[in-house]
Amino acid sequence: MKAINMVQALTSALDHALEADETVVVYGEDVGVEGGVFRVTQGLQEKYGSDRVFDSPLAESGIAGSAVGMAAAGLRPVIEMQFSGFAYPAFNQIISHISRMRNRTRGRYHMPIVIRMPYGGGINAIEHHSESMEAIYAHIPGLTVVIPSSPHDAEGLLLSAIESNDPVVFMEPKRIYRAVKQEVTEEPFRIPIGSARVVTPGEHITVVAYGAVIREVQKAMVHAKHAGISVELIDLRTIYPVDRETVGRSVRKTGRLLFVGEAPTSYGPGAELMSIAVEEAFLHLEAPPRRLSGFDTIVPLPQGEHFYQQDPQRIFYEMQNLVNF
Amino acid sequence: MLLDEFDPLHDDMVSVMENDGSVTQKDRQQPVSDEEAVDALQQMLFARQADIMTVSYQRQGRMFTYPPNEGQEAIQVATGMLLRSDDWLVPAFRELGTWLAKGITLKELFLYWRGYEEASRFEHAPNTLPVAIPVSSQIPHAAGLGFAVKRNKTDQIVCAFSGDGGTSEGDFHEGLNFAGVWKVPVVFVVQNNQFAISVPAQQQTASRNMAAKAIAYGMPGIQVDGNDFFASYEVMKEAFEYARGGNGPVLVEAVTYRKGAHTTSDDPSRYRTKEEEGEWELRDPINRLRAYLEANNKWSVNEKQLMKEYRKEIDRQFVEAENHGPYVLEDVFQWMHEEMPEELRRQKVAYERFLNWKEAQA
Repeated sequence: MKAINMVQALTSALDHALEADETVVVYGEDVGVEGGVFRVTQGLQEKYGSDRVFDSPLAESGIAGSAVGMAAAGLRPVIEMQFSGFAYPAFNQIISHISRMRNRTRGRYHMPIVIRMPYGGGINAIEHHSESMEAIYAHIPGLTVVIPSSPHDAEGLLLSAIESNDPVVFMEPKRIYRAVKQEVTEEPFRIPIGSARVVTPGEHITVVAYGAVIREVQKAMVHAKHAGISVELIDLRTIYPVDRETVGRSVRKTGRLLFVGEAPTSYGPGAELMSIAVEEAFLHLEAPPRRLSGFDTIVPLPQGEHFYQQDPQRIFYEMQNLVNF
Repeated sequence: MLLDEFDPLHDDMVSVMENDGSVTQKDRQQPVSDEEAVDALQQMLFARQADIMTVSYQRQGRMFTYPPNEGQEAIQVATGMLLRSDDWLVPAFRELGTWLAKGITLKELFLYWRGYEEASRFEHAPNTLPVAIPVSSQIPHAAGLGFAVKRNKTDQIVCAFSGDGGTSEGDFHEGLNFAGVWKVPVVFVVQNNQFAISVPAQQQTASRNMAAKAIAYGMPGIQVDGNDFFASYEVMKEAFEYARGGNGPVLVEAVTYRKGAHTTSDDPSRYRTKEEEGEWELRDPINRLRAYLEANNKWSVNEKQLMKEYRKEIDRQFVEAENHGPYVLEDVFQWMHEEMPEELRRQKVAYERFLNWKEAQA
């Protein structure tokens, strides 16, 4: 066991994958010599050589598009978008080719590609560095979208993503890259994609979240405990395909659902959760399911970002509203 | 004409000054008067001082991330001096010398990097687009501005910046292609400062240089020593005249060096050597222009006194930015649409209800 943060956990997963499978290649902007701007690929070029871990020209569409060719020819590319806000030039390749290739060639080609990207706010960043746009990827048929909330999950989910024969958008909550250290085994291990985790069992209300928001919910749960509210916290871990069983079972038990996220609210991941609550637990509901997510606005620059990010007090306030409905 | 004379396919580069400030190409230095050269050095000194102090404010925790400009002042100030106030400026994010000349104030820049959207209004800089962080996403905008200028039959031009890394993005090529096809008055300036964060310019392209890319888009391309003020001035002057004269777009590659980090979050010692930095130090644009002026007895300014005044002025604007009014909830919502949709108003009201509850708790 070793105590590592999320960045180190991701490096470890990449290390295991590069070690185990010659077809794995890791590339993107500044991932080689620099080891990535967040140091996720640190040391990997030295260890595996610059034909397996390397810098690409500065062009996200080129990075994603070349991964299509590599994958068609039998490689397993793990590509990095430096920030999710810079990934949009690659969107055409993702939606027009990566997500569709298996279906349109009826299985002749598949796309074992992992697209890693740091996302989310709370780091006092400049424009385009704080958004949470997971819904746009989750909305594309053919893609799997994964978001870890801890070092352990980051390592196990990334290894599963790399070993998947289908494309995975792996979104990394950069706000908690170095927030906590956790004991993680040094052996390779996998966490299955598509399964949510019940972080804390509870009785009165189900709270579903993922990524950096989990920690904010946990802070709110301290207030909730004082107020006598027992919260069942579920970490979704995979955004698509969503684990409807785990969520449905929980909401049938508690009768209340609060989704907490940092993506814009309208047509966002919260809407999917509301739908699951209604479809899976309609007769058990004690209150209208509620989503607490970002405003339908651009994430404000640092001086105004506190209005946008979920704070534990607001989460507690919404928990109370639901319980007292 | 320099644009005919200097062939990027032969890796030709316009330069006028040696590293010691001596002028080897006297005829090319003529368009700059002594007064202009002195003014240029003062602008370069001011821009550098502002840049150095901004990095230091950041280190003191009074600023967020900032991309330094140090070492790139010659091409930036030359461009700024030649741009007319009604010309369009399309920034990337590392053109401080040009921005200041166009009328963007330091206070606005401080506000921008301190995290206030309203800074991007650039109230005192007419015809200036906001900073573009996604690399080269601004380049097609320049083609569009050029189209509008041409259609309006004015003699304005458009000047658009990008960097060496920016030449790899699809948008860069699409923007140049549109400008070439439409034959619009746009001057594209690539500040080749040798590094896109950690990746050296040689790894961005197999082209001999960035200027050569112009050829495929049917426009002239020219390489200039971007640390040589006289060469930069002469090339930009000719490029602007060419575009203003209705001849279509031009691509200028200004060869320079980012002395500092990519941003204050970056550590250049990971990807380049002290030796390399030392070689470029010899080509520092400010030292070269100062050496020229001193050798010709044109620099009578008390630089120590001047720098003291600059520091005072820079700090005054920074403190003003630091004491800027509070960011209110309304600022998050009111600029999203011309009229706020009911759904957005509902979200704002819900948040205000929470704030009232929070206040009642306290």
